[in-house]
Amino acid sequence: MVLGNDASSSSLSNKNLSVLVVDDDPLIRMLHDNYLKHFGLKPLVVENGKEAVDLFQLGTSFDLILMDKEMPIMNGVEATKALRDMGATSMIVGVTSRGSPSEMQAFMEAGLDFCFEKPLTFDMIDFILKELNVNDDDDTNN
Amino acid sequence: MNIVNQLQRQFIDFSTSLHREGFVDDQFTQLQKLQDENSPDFVVEVVSLFFEDCEKLINNMARALEQTQGVDFKQVDASVHQLKGSSSSIGAMRVKNACIAFRSFCEAQNREGCLRCLQQVTHEYSLLKNKLQTLFTLEQQILAAGGSIPVVD
Repeated sequence: MVLGNDASSSSLSNKNLSVLVVDDDPLIRMLHDNYLKHFGLKPLVVENGKEAVDLFQLGTSFDLILMDKEMPIMNGVEATKALRDMGATSMIVGVTSRGSPSEMQAFMEAGLDFCFEKPLTFDMIDFILKELNVNDDDDTNN
Repeated sequence: MNIVNQLQRQFIDFSTSLHREGFVDDQFTQLQKLQDENSPDFVVEVVSLFFEDCEKLINNMARALEQTQGVDFKQVDASVHQLKGSSSSIGAMRVKNACIAFRSFCEAQNREGCLRCLQQVTHEYSLLKNKLQTLFTLEQQILAAGGSIPVVD
């Protein structure tokens, strides 16, 4: 099942969402960046978990974080745990190429909201954004 | 049939054959859908990045497998894993499948098997590179003739 151009109909409501892409592979960073732009978002992109944690420590917060699992310096599991320990309430979505159930479980237990196997697809992003918008409706403006 | 129609027909036939022969899968189609007026060269850029990655990773694997002191299969596996990830992200199905087979030989620490797989991966990568270059050339020809690139589902 592939999404058509319906994606653009929700792009207006997506414009205020802040998104962070965390992945050590430049190809994946470029892909995910473009996917998100297609949905009307302007993601920030970093190379490893430590950069994500540093950003959070500086006071930057995000509505959505797409977190790769295998990264140098600080991997996705460590970064997710660190972010949750620091009180991050962002939706954190794990994106991993290691798809064994136990590995995904371990990643989820670090504090993810969802975990998907690579590659990311239109359907997955649409699902994530729908979940985010549902949650956003209940929040007051930040 | 005018020249634009002919070229578009060629493009559709060629795209269809790429899918049918397993060179690319649905993920590649999704990438093509991401290309628009805001990012008109998106597919070429992503594919170029992928081929750079491929070359680098294939070299890493070859160097690791050459070690006469003893092959570090974990290192080989790490490169294969990365290549598997990138190839599945852009929809390079045959390269991805070659990587899957490769990983079993890494796990089994079978150097001969790994070398055969490395040959296979290199072969699939070359084939794909040629096929995609043809595809991109067709796209350029269509655009130069004033036509638009058909969407092939």
